[in-house]
Amino acid sequence: MRRRVFAQIGAAWWAFLGRLGLTKGRWQRLPRTNRRAVKTVVWLAIGLVLIKIGGVWQWSALAIAAVVLVLVVPDYSRITIRGRRVGRFIVPVMVLALAVTYPFYASSQGSVNPGMPQLPIFGPVPQMSTMVGMAVFAMMALGLNFVVGYAGLLDLGYVAFYAMGSYTAGWFASSQFAHQNVFFGAIGVTPGLTGFHFSIWLVLLMAGIATAIIGILIGLPTLRLRGDYLAIVTLGFGEILPQIARNGDNLFGTGFNLTNGTGGITPIDPPGFGNWFHHHLGLPANFLTLGTNSDRAFFWCALILVLLTVFTSARLRDSRLGRAWIAIREDEVAAAAMGIPLMRTKTWAYATGAFFGGVAGAYYASYVSGAFPDSFFFQISVFILCMVILGGMGNIWGVIFGACFLTYLNLEGLSNIGGWLNNHFGPGGSDVSLWHKPLDVPEYAYGIYGLILVIVMLFRPEGLIPSSRRAAEFHEGVHDQPLYDAAA
Amino acid sequence: MAAHAHTEVPVKARRAYGKYVLPGIASLLILGLLWWLAENIHHEGTSYFITIAFIGLTNGAVYALVALGYTLVYGILELINFAHGDVFMLGGMFSATMILSAFHLKAGASTASLIVAILGSLAVAMAACGLLNAGIERIAYRPLRGAPRLAPLITAIGVSFILEDVAIAWKGPGYTAVPNVLPTGHVFSVSGVTYTWEKLIVLLVTVPVLVALVWLVQKTRQGKAMRATAQDRDAAAMMGIDVNRTISFTFLIAGALAGAGGLVYALYFGQIRYDTGFQLGLIAFTAAVLGGIGNLPGAVVGALLIGFIQAFNEGLTWHSPGSDWTESIVFSILILILVFRPQGLLGERTPEGS
Repeated sequence: MRRRVFAQIGAAWWAFLGRLGLTKGRWQRLPRTNRRAVKTVVWLAIGLVLIKIGGVWQWSALAIAAVVLVLVVPDYSRITIRGRRVGRFIVPVMVLALAVTYPFYASSQGSVNPGMPQLPIFGPVPQMSTMVGMAVFAMMALGLNFVVGYAGLLDLGYVAFYAMGSYTAGWFASSQFAHQNVFFGAIGVTPGLTGFHFSIWLVLLMAGIATAIIGILIGLPTLRLRGDYLAIVTLGFGEILPQIARNGDNLFGTGFNLTNGTGGITPIDPPGFGNWFHHHLGLPANFLTLGTNSDRAFFWCALILVLLTVFTSARLRDSRLGRAWIAIREDEVAAAAMGIPLMRTKTWAYATGAFFGGVAGAYYASYVSGAFPDSFFFQISVFILCMVILGGMGNIWGVIFGACFLTYLNLEGLSNIGGWLNNHFGPGGSDVSLWHKPLDVPEYAYGIYGLILVIVMLFRPEGLIPSSRRAAEFHEGVHDQPLYDAAA
Repeated sequence: MAAHAHTEVPVKARRAYGKYVLPGIASLLILGLLWWLAENIHHEGTSYFITIAFIGLTNGAVYALVALGYTLVYGILELINFAHGDVFMLGGMFSATMILSAFHLKAGASTASLIVAILGSLAVAMAACGLLNAGIERIAYRPLRGAPRLAPLITAIGVSFILEDVAIAWKGPGYTAVPNVLPTGHVFSVSGVTYTWEKLIVLLVTVPVLVALVWLVQKTRQGKAMRATAQDRDAAAMMGIDVNRTISFTFLIAGALAGAGGLVYALYFGQIRYDTGFQLGLIAFTAAVLGGIGNLPGAVVGALLIGFIQAFNEGLTWHSPGSDWTESIVFSILILILVFRPQGLLGERTPEGS
């Protein structure tokens, strides 16, 4: 039925364009690049008009439009240098350059650059702190993508890995264990402080490994289960670990304070490169001493971590292990029959996903300088899952896009939208007063993510930027058509 | 074959030995639990223990209503209906609204007005939740019948979050309080063991609903269609059963049970919040798995067990982990059952499906 509705909308649209002299056949005879150019120009024009009408116009909007055109329209993939296909790296490198230079053009003195245009409803471009969050969550989403996107195992307890990473950072880079006094390359810590103080870079690695071990421990008994039962078991672990974090200030009545209970572990040491690198290479000795520029340093470091994750994702996907994951996703029985060791392969997916979740969690803990049990709930697991599903399961670009968009919504977008709604329709609003109490849009955040999940699953289950393989699975189905729906 | 038989003997012997490891560990665990209970009885006295057990029975009755909804839907569709707990929560909110705004019940109301109000709220909550659940099935699950099995699970999670937001928009993020309308007098009080009316009323609402459900599933034509669809959907369709309608009907029944559970919860616990359903739903789901998912008596048995476990954990004091750890204990049970005995205590059907 849904397909019929779409077909009718499509027919009406082409009938309209046909009156303007553009029939479907004529459109499809155009070269692909031209078609893409026309579509991009139309969308950009709509966007620019919207900015002009509802947002804040700046001439820089034209520059942004031009950059988008250059990024999207030409077909770079055929460019070769001496037979090597370097073309496929052009767009990623350009996007990376845009991201790296973001602090220079989009922010000034710790806030948003006033020279940037503002979208209607959504408001200004993201702040630097939001960008750090986007990078960290992109990393987490890429980690979850190993499990959900590649291996096709639904993990509803990913927050456990995030928590584990954060708490590892809490244990090894703060004054949590006051009886110990171990320093190992820590930055910006007064020498007399008690507790473990390892260098954050080392802690990131430790967090990743510790989390991967936890992932293996969780995975070994449970990965035998299929589909929804695995989802429930992971959900169970995702609830148990944060509860241990919440109640861990007096484990088993022994008075041993593991997690400092509901107060959380804070402060956690900031990252930095130390004095030697500061003097010889000009790298910041301690990120916190940079003042308003500290977010930049955090952002660039997070970008490096994301790059590592992307590299690992891409390389693993095409490796023997990655192809085994995809085979399991598509048909577990057939994969087993072809000699793929199911348990070992799945456990690797789990451990890899957990590793990156742990690293991201540790880095974020260092950024917010604390590991708080309040930030580890089931909702976070679904939030990260929503990024993967919205963007497109199994597709690195899609997952990164989903993570950036949803993190932006979570940290800034929803409150901007709420402010706009209240200004226009709220009490004493400029248009009409539709409701009498200011609407708290961020309070409804998770329902909005839930709505996104439902809509994506119903109308575009492969996500916004799908991997072609995953899309085929969703559209052709992996089961036989049921008999009783054949007539409908 | 015969030539290999000689070498297979030690393998068989080892397997026969390994068969006893798991039951052995399980019985050790159960023995430990019984010892812990016995120590507690010794420390607290029998009457206190029985009072706690009554609390467990009451909790278990509420869980049973919700767990049956999970098990009904799983039995017929092999879908974990994540939104079910939130339908239950909205049922509680419907009931709270009915009790407060339609019947204006206050603490110490007369018996007649109490009965009328409870029955009226029960009818409204069951009808509203049944329709809501059937509507959710129509919108969010039916279009995904042919899709990979995880797709409807993901929409179920989405719907669950949406329903929570509906509750926030309706009642706000805080607790909605329901006045203590149930009489708290003693039904009987024998040598320190007291049983209060509010606990009995919970059973008085729950048991008839359960009996009606069993009658519906076992004796009616529609129930037969439900059982047939659960067994083999395609074969049922070939026998002329309208499968889609049967599934809708199952969701209607499951939702109605959740509505009844919501009313009982609102009356007995006196407060309800947007996330009540999620927590309780997971506990009830554990109960359904414990008893054997897809198995109706199993859900009730599992719910009672979980109710007792929760009450003993929170009520007894001798070396009990306490209410901080209830969720962890329940989820540990869930994980252990799923890993070691996925068919549950009573169930025949394995959750792996076929």
